[in-house]
Amino acid sequence: MNLDVERRDFLKLAGIGSAVLASGLWKNVVFAEAGDFVFLQISDTHWGFDNPKANPDFADTLKKEVVSINGLKVQPDFIIFTGDLTHTTDDDQERRRRLTEFRGIVAGLKNQNIKFMPGEHDASLDNGKAYKEVIGGETHYTFDHKGIHFIVLDNVSDPGAKLGQAQLDWLAADLKKLDKAAPIVVFTHRPLFDLMPDWDWDTRDGAKAVELLTPFSNVVVFYGHIHQENHHMTGHIAHHSCKGSMYPLPAPGSVPVKAPVPWDPAAPWRGLGFRNISRSGAKYDLSEYSIQGEAV
Amino acid sequence: MRPKKAVLLKLALLAAILLLAAFICSSSMAQEAKQVIKVSAKRFEYSPSRITVKKGVPVVLELTSLDRLHGFNCPALGIRGDINPGETTTIEFTPQTAGTFPFHCDNFCGSGHESMQGTIIVTE
Repeated sequence: MNLDVERRDFLKLAGIGSAVLASGLWKNVVFAEAGDFVFLQISDTHWGFDNPKANPDFADTLKKEVVSINGLKVQPDFIIFTGDLTHTTDDDQERRRRLTEFRGIVAGLKNQNIKFMPGEHDASLDNGKAYKEVIGGETHYTFDHKGIHFIVLDNVSDPGAKLGQAQLDWLAADLKKLDKAAPIVVFTHRPLFDLMPDWDWDTRDGAKAVELLTPFSNVVVFYGHIHQENHHMTGHIAHHSCKGSMYPLPAPGSVPVKAPVPWDPAAPWRGLGFRNISRSGAKYDLSEYSIQGEAV
Repeated sequence: MRPKKAVLLKLALLAAILLLAAFICSSSMAQEAKQVIKVSAKRFEYSPSRITVKKGVPVVLELTSLDRLHGFNCPALGIRGDINPGETTTIEFTPQTAGTFPFHCDNFCGSGHESMQGTIIVTE
């Protein structure tokens, strides 16, 4: 069953007023009314990608994005990169070099409260070894911020796109400590549900994580991997994918073979950007931004 | 032994031999009816990458890897397996619907991983 919901329908579900939606100004209004705090989601920067047909600006797009984020009027409390920081390479040393360069570029962000997690391009060939060496920290972890419990799940260090039983047990133990009404935000790289298994857009044991999360009434999942927005519900849990920051990918199943969408000189950087998430009251308001930092 | 009894015994023996022959023959035909297909995987391709099978006839895929861990996943047919070097992974299924069904490697295997795919063509 296709449970995808249109973004507008989702926002209605999220409780945003129809007048705001009708005005077409919902992004600005939401941003102006930003409540408790704001964080940014940036995904799939794929540093090291060098196909000019998909992005002739590959050497500068991430740097432009850093400048744009630094110029935002409202700075986020923190920034999360939801994986595929680098484009994969079969050379271990080149992987380390790309991760190091990526780290150097994002060191230019004004806000250095940055959370990282790997994508399969960063971690699947060596089970996250180079990622841990260069970026540091664990590949799955939790943190708390202003009353929200954030859970970062790793569904990429296993090349088979699995969380694995050990991580599922860790998740179960973490959730056991929480009230069923506790606000929980989950970050993953790959979708936890079967978005498009033919395109590897799934997590082999993702349903087990969703099952563990389902008893909790206030859970939202943000993920990357598919280089475009997608909004999906599994029961009461919303799953939001973010645009990529290097090249867009086609809509699920829209073409026979998945491949980067060719660069359009008439609309450069189209389909790329980052997300602003504003926690206001009990809601998460999503605003999409272009690489240039404009609300889109 | 009386002649009549001897004839009956011979007839019974002949029937048993015929039954045994029929069983061996049908068993052998069943073996032949299975479509056994060997598929080798290496970074970043399958050989063959187009697999043609007949609807309703059991299929046995014998998968081997020439280099590292790969996967074989055909979501539309509900079949998958890990392909470890040095082992033969066997996947058995009986296709029930004619059509073309994509399969892909679902164990991330390197820079060309996303292009490691093929199709199963099920004919009537």
